[in-house]
Amino acid sequence: MRFLARRLAHGLVVVFGVTVLSFVFAEAAPGSLIDELRLDSRVSPETLATLRDRYGVDRSLPEKYLYWVRSVARGELGFSVAYDGPVGPILWPRVRNTLLLTVPATLLAWLIAVPVGVWAASRKGGWGDRAAAAVTTALLSVPELLIGLCLLLLAVRTGWAPTGGMVSLDFAELDAWNKVRDVGWHFFMPVSALVLATAPVLVRHVRASLLDVLHAPFIQAARASGIPEHRILFRYALRAAANPLISLLGLSIAGLLSASLVVETIMSWPGLGPLLLDAVAARDLHLVVAAVVCSTLLLTAGSLMADGLLYLADPRIRAERP
Amino acid sequence: MTRRPLLALLGIIYVGVIAAGFLTPYDPLVQNRDDAFATPTRVRFVDAQGVFHLRPFVYGSSHSPDTAYPVQFFVRGDRYRIAGVFASDLHLFGTPGPARVFLLGTDQYGRDVFSRLVHGGQISLLAGLLGAGLSLAAGVLLGTLAGFYGSWVDEAIMRVAELFLALPWLYLLLAVRMMLPLHMDPGQTVLLLIAVIALVGWARPARLVRGLVLHTKVREYVLAARSLGASDVQLMWRHVLPQLRGVTLTQAAVLVPQYTLAEVTLSFFGLGVAEPVPSWGNMLASLQRYHVLASYWWMFLPALALIPVFLLYYLLADRIHQQTAYSL
Repeated sequence: MRFLARRLAHGLVVVFGVTVLSFVFAEAAPGSLIDELRLDSRVSPETLATLRDRYGVDRSLPEKYLYWVRSVARGELGFSVAYDGPVGPILWPRVRNTLLLTVPATLLAWLIAVPVGVWAASRKGGWGDRAAAAVTTALLSVPELLIGLCLLLLAVRTGWAPTGGMVSLDFAELDAWNKVRDVGWHFFMPVSALVLATAPVLVRHVRASLLDVLHAPFIQAARASGIPEHRILFRYALRAAANPLISLLGLSIAGLLSASLVVETIMSWPGLGPLLLDAVAARDLHLVVAAVVCSTLLLTAGSLMADGLLYLADPRIRAERP
Repeated sequence: MTRRPLLALLGIIYVGVIAAGFLTPYDPLVQNRDDAFATPTRVRFVDAQGVFHLRPFVYGSSHSPDTAYPVQFFVRGDRYRIAGVFASDLHLFGTPGPARVFLLGTDQYGRDVFSRLVHGGQISLLAGLLGAGLSLAAGVLLGTLAGFYGSWVDEAIMRVAELFLALPWLYLLLAVRMMLPLHMDPGQTVLLLIAVIALVGWARPARLVRGLVLHTKVREYVLAARSLGASDVQLMWRHVLPQLRGVTLTQAAVLVPQYTLAEVTLSFFGLGVAEPVPSWGNMLASLQRYHVLASYWWMFLPALALIPVFLLYYLLADRIHQQTAYSL
């Protein structure tokens, strides 16, 4: 358990560091929403002074940071100038929506990537392997921006799938079952875009780490004992190759969150990505800081989960040998 | 394919976008409001009477749809500068009189998409190249210092690097972008974007380089040089730095496309290079409206142009990785 505790402590320190870092970025940002208001002649100087005081514009950086930390402790996560309210209630539904998108996409991408990667590795150099390599290389050179736009084009032209958003216009009038179906239908495009953007990298890694293992003596021994090939691949080789792949699971979440930012914005999915973009454009500093820290939290949670899996899968780590 | 043809193809692309003024027929900023979203002009050899002409020609667009205008080569047209130095008005091809040859159609203001695409490549491709160069330089410098000196230097640099690595890169990019003003003049924007990209990207190469330096600095030949009285700078420059060649080149081939995409993504979201100056990102931004997305396929071209560039870099990274891995 010391391994997991150490990883957890490290994750917390990193998240804390990121809050400081994003505050430094926010402090260096020129202008704020209040500066824009100054140009409006209808707003009196007294009002501006009150606003500056309320949002703490003139405080020093450490003071601002402490103020923000206190507000985090209250669960408000700072104050959004653009929405005129605490950040927390604005942020949580967006985080939920991003998770709703990224978790199924991760699962689906791995469900596709593992069998395809194993299959390609077992036919190394054959036409199947080469075809898989060609397809993954081609998909890797297509930016997720284009994947998203092309799927959207498909939706607009054919009308098979909704063109964006998370729910239909008449969502409020639907019964429970149709609500689930409606959201599920809206999932289709963004999740496919994310899977297409992430699965190729995973396929290549699964194939590479499996190939590393397939030449090991214990595989030859298993083969010599007459164990069927598919059993060797999935029970013996995949298990031995699992270690780097589990680490990759943690790392792949970073790429997925970035891809998700693009896809969410293109498909107008009300997630963390569009919120952050709007906040950057509106100079809503606390909202930007909160969204950025949130993405770090998701990433750190992902790698902690990977560490947990690693702990379960790898007896060497459980034995606490350095 | 080995490394050389890949590099040659990439070289052609970069030289092409630098010579954009000559290769394209029009100024990328000139608007033809009568010809908004014009379809790509058909360049013909056979006229309405079925007669074959050796010289290609086009029919006039909205002004004179029945008159044929020859496509001429090396014609005088809009003035331009190449690399900001050589001024000229000679274009590779063009048409006389009122006719326009829009090889890839026009955008919502009737600007020639082909001209904008090649000119836009200057910003998108060069921002990626320079941004990657700068972040690699910073990464190699900081990584070498951290690996070579160890102790608190190492701790300080690597702890900060960890913070940068703990953020998904697009979120980090937006956080860093926040430090710049929203509206900037285009010349400044490109330089500042390159700086932003460098600031975002130094951490990953720094960590890789540090690992390799840790491994190299205890090798016998480095120790021998040290015992002969070589200074720290000499050791790093002569003995450690050459070992980093493989990692640096592979990283370059991985990072350049990623940072090209960074510019495209930022400009697509309206946070990068602003209109009217063309970049692949802000050209794609018009696709955010459904009627453009659904009706005008040529507006996708800036995104399609990224694919061959990415593919070349991708294959290049693969080759460099294999070659340096064997040579170790």
